[in-house]
Amino acid sequence: MTVADILTIIFLVTGCFLFMTGSIGLVRFPDFYTRMHATGKSDTLAVLFCLFGVAIYHGLTLDSIKLVLIAVFVFIANPTGTHSICRAAFRCNIKPWTRKKGK
Amino acid sequence: MESFFLGVCLFLCLLVLPCLYRAIVGPTVIDRMVAIGAIGTKTLVILVLMGFLYKRIAMFIDISMVYAILNFISTLAAARYFEVKGEI
Repeated sequence: MTVADILTIIFLVTGCFLFMTGSIGLVRFPDFYTRMHATGKSDTLAVLFCLFGVAIYHGLTLDSIKLVLIAVFVFIANPTGTHSICRAAFRCNIKPWTRKKGK
Repeated sequence: MESFFLGVCLFLCLLVLPCLYRAIVGPTVIDRMVAIGAIGTKTLVILVLMGFLYKRIAMFIDISMVYAILNFISTLAAARYFEVKGEI
Protein backbone atom coordinates (compact mmCIF):
# COMPACT_ATOMS: atom_id res chain seq x y z
CA MET A 1 0.00 0.00 0.00
CA THR A 2 1.60 3.23 -1.16
CA VAL A 3 1.15 6.81 -0.01
CA ALA A 4 -1.26 7.51 -2.89
CA ASP A 5 -3.50 4.64 -1.79
CA ILE A 6 -3.63 5.92 1.79
CA LEU A 7 -4.46 9.45 0.56
CA THR A 8 -7.20 8.01 -1.68
CA ILE A 9 -8.73 6.09 1.23
CA ILE A 10 -8.68 9.18 3.48
CA PHE A 11 -10.28 11.38 0.82
CA LEU A 12 -12.97 8.86 -0.12
CA VAL A 13 -13.91 8.19 3.52
CA THR A 14 -14.21 11.94 4.16
CA GLY A 15 -16.41 12.29 1.07
CA CYS A 16 -18.63 9.42 2.18
CA PHE A 17 -19.00 10.99 5.64
CA LEU A 18 -20.09 14.30 4.09
CA PHE A 19 -22.56 12.51 1.80
CA MET A 20 -23.97 10.73 4.85
CA THR A 21 -24.46 13.98 6.79
CA GLY A 22 -26.18 15.53 3.78
CA SER A 23 -28.58 12.61 3.40
CA ILE A 24 -29.43 12.52 7.09
CA GLY A 25 -30.08 16.27 7.04
CA LEU A 26 -32.29 15.89 3.98
CA VAL A 27 -34.49 13.45 5.86
CA ARG A 28 -34.46 14.94 9.36
CA PHE A 29 -34.78 18.71 8.96
CA PRO A 30 -38.25 20.27 9.25
CA ASP A 31 -38.28 22.85 6.45
CA PHE A 32 -37.36 23.32 2.82
CA TYR A 33 -34.70 25.97 3.49
CA THR A 34 -33.01 23.93 6.21
CA ARG A 35 -32.94 20.92 3.90
CA MET A 36 -31.23 23.01 1.25
CA HIS A 37 -28.79 24.14 3.93
CA ALA A 38 -27.95 20.51 4.70
CA THR A 39 -27.50 19.17 1.17
CA GLY A 40 -26.34 22.19 -0.79
CA LYS A 41 -23.02 22.62 0.98
CA SER A 42 -22.07 19.13 2.11
CA ASP A 43 -22.74 17.50 -1.27
CA THR A 44 -20.48 19.99 -3.05
CA LEU A 45 -17.56 19.35 -0.72
CA ALA A 46 -18.18 15.59 -0.79
CA VAL A 47 -17.97 15.47 -4.60
CA LEU A 48 -14.79 17.53 -4.43
CA PHE A 49 -13.17 15.13 -1.94
CA CYS A 50 -14.25 11.98 -3.81
CA LEU A 51 -13.08 13.17 -7.24
CA PHE A 52 -9.73 14.45 -5.92
CA GLY A 53 -9.17 11.13 -4.18
CA VAL A 54 -9.86 9.18 -7.35
CA ALA A 55 -7.60 11.55 -9.34
CA ILE A 56 -4.75 10.96 -6.87
CA TYR A 57 -5.20 7.20 -7.25
CA HIS A 58 -5.18 7.42 -11.04
CA GLY A 59 -1.98 9.45 -11.38
CA LEU A 60 -1.22 12.31 -13.73
CA THR A 61 -2.95 11.55 -17.03
CA LEU A 62 -5.58 13.18 -19.22
CA ASP A 63 -8.29 11.32 -17.32
CA SER A 64 -7.27 12.78 -13.97
CA ILE A 65 -7.27 16.26 -15.53
CA LYS A 66 -10.83 15.57 -16.65
CA LEU A 67 -11.70 14.49 -13.10
CA VAL A 68 -10.36 17.77 -11.70
CA LEU A 69 -12.37 19.59 -14.39
CA ILE A 70 -15.57 17.84 -13.24
CA ALA A 71 -14.73 18.80 -9.64
CA VAL A 72 -14.25 22.46 -10.58
CA PHE A 73 -17.49 22.45 -12.58
CA VAL A 74 -19.46 20.96 -9.67
CA PHE A 75 -17.82 23.45 -7.30
CA ILE A 76 -19.18 26.30 -9.42
CA ALA A 77 -22.49 24.81 -10.57
CA ASN A 78 -23.88 23.23 -7.40
CA PRO A 79 -24.01 26.46 -5.29
CA THR A 80 -25.50 28.25 -8.29
CA GLY A 81 -28.29 25.68 -8.53
CA THR A 82 -28.88 25.84 -4.78
CA HIS A 83 -29.12 29.63 -4.85
CA SER A 84 -31.50 29.72 -7.81
CA ILE A 85 -33.81 27.04 -6.43
CA CYS A 86 -33.90 28.78 -3.03
CA ARG A 87 -34.78 32.06 -4.70
CA ALA A 88 -37.57 30.33 -6.64
CA ALA A 89 -38.95 28.93 -3.38
CA PHE A 90 -38.82 32.39 -1.77
CA ARG A 91 -40.66 33.95 -4.70
CA CYS A 92 -43.29 31.22 -4.41
CA ASN A 93 -44.04 32.39 -0.82
CA ILE A 94 -42.86 29.32 1.06
CA LYS A 95 -42.67 30.39 4.69
CA PRO A 96 -39.56 29.51 6.70
CA TRP A 97 -40.06 27.20 9.67
CA THR A 98 -40.09 28.85 13.10
CA ARG A 99 -40.48 27.44 16.58
CA LYS A 100 -44.04 27.76 17.86
CA LYS A 101 -44.61 30.60 20.32
CA GLY A 102 -46.03 29.81 23.75
CA LYS A 103 -44.48 26.35 24.11
CA MET B 1 -8.13 -1.34 -3.80
CA GLU B 2 -10.92 -2.54 -6.12
CA SER B 3 -12.80 -4.02 -3.16
CA PHE B 4 -12.58 -0.67 -1.34
CA PHE B 5 -14.03 1.08 -4.39
CA LEU B 6 -16.82 -1.50 -4.49
CA GLY B 7 -17.57 -0.84 -0.83
CA VAL B 8 -17.74 2.91 -1.39
CA CYS B 9 -20.09 2.29 -4.35
CA LEU B 10 -22.40 0.14 -2.22
CA PHE B 11 -22.37 2.72 0.61
CA LEU B 12 -23.36 5.50 -1.80
CA CYS B 13 -26.11 3.30 -3.26
CA LEU B 14 -27.38 2.83 0.31
CA LEU B 15 -27.34 6.60 0.82
CA VAL B 16 -29.60 7.06 -2.21
CA LEU B 17 -32.47 5.52 -0.19
CA PRO B 18 -33.02 8.50 2.24
CA CYS B 19 -32.99 10.89 -0.71
CA LEU B 20 -35.52 8.65 -2.46
CA TYR B 21 -37.70 8.76 0.65
CA ARG B 22 -37.64 12.56 0.54
CA ALA B 23 -38.38 12.51 -3.20
CA ILE B 24 -41.47 10.34 -2.69
CA VAL B 25 -42.82 11.84 0.56
CA GLY B 26 -41.67 15.47 0.22
CA PRO B 27 -44.41 18.02 0.98
CA THR B 28 -43.74 20.40 -1.93
CA VAL B 29 -42.50 19.99 -5.48
CA ILE B 30 -39.27 21.85 -4.74
CA ASP B 31 -38.38 19.34 -2.01
CA ARG B 32 -38.61 16.59 -4.60
CA MET B 33 -36.39 18.52 -7.01
CA VAL B 34 -33.73 18.99 -4.33
CA ALA B 35 -33.83 15.27 -3.53
CA ILE B 36 -33.44 14.35 -7.20
CA GLY B 37 -30.47 16.71 -7.44
CA ALA B 38 -28.83 15.04 -4.46
CA ILE B 39 -29.35 11.62 -6.04
CA GLY B 40 -27.76 12.91 -9.26
CA THR B 41 -24.73 14.16 -7.35
CA LYS B 42 -24.25 10.74 -5.75
CA THR B 43 -24.67 9.03 -9.12
CA LEU B 44 -21.84 11.15 -10.54
CA VAL B 45 -19.38 9.72 -8.00
CA ILE B 46 -20.76 6.19 -8.40
CA LEU B 47 -20.18 6.38 -12.18
CA VAL B 48 -16.51 7.37 -11.74
CA LEU B 49 -15.93 4.52 -9.27
CA MET B 50 -17.66 2.07 -11.63
CA GLY B 51 -15.19 3.12 -14.31
CA PHE B 52 -12.37 1.88 -12.07
CA LEU B 53 -14.19 -1.37 -11.38
CA TYR B 54 -14.74 -2.09 -15.09
CA LYS B 55 -11.26 -0.83 -16.10
CA ARG B 56 -12.72 1.56 -18.71
CA ILE B 57 -12.13 4.85 -16.94
CA ALA B 58 -12.05 7.13 -20.01
CA MET B 59 -15.57 6.24 -21.13
CA PHE B 60 -17.10 6.50 -17.66
CA ILE B 61 -15.48 9.89 -16.97
CA ASP B 62 -17.11 11.31 -20.09
CA ILE B 63 -20.48 9.90 -19.03
CA SER B 64 -20.00 11.41 -15.58
CA MET B 65 -19.18 14.83 -17.02
CA VAL B 66 -22.34 14.82 -19.14
CA TYR B 67 -24.32 13.73 -16.07
CA ALA B 68 -23.01 16.68 -14.06
CA ILE B 69 -23.94 19.15 -16.79
CA LEU B 70 -27.44 17.66 -17.26
CA ASN B 71 -28.08 17.68 -13.51
CA PHE B 72 -27.15 21.36 -13.30
CA ILE B 73 -29.26 22.34 -16.31
CA SER B 74 -32.34 20.44 -15.11
CA THR B 75 -32.15 22.09 -11.68
CA LEU B 76 -31.73 25.52 -13.21
CA ALA B 77 -34.58 25.04 -15.71
CA ALA B 78 -37.02 23.83 -13.04
CA ALA B 79 -36.08 26.70 -10.71
CA ARG B 80 -36.59 29.20 -13.51
CA TYR B 81 -39.98 27.66 -14.36
CA PHE B 82 -41.26 27.96 -10.80
CA GLU B 83 -39.86 31.47 -10.44
CA VAL B 84 -41.71 32.70 -13.53
CA LYS B 85 -44.88 30.83 -12.57
CA GLY B 86 -44.85 32.41 -9.11
CA GLU B 87 -46.57 29.58 -7.24
CA ILE B 88 -46.03 25.92 -6.51
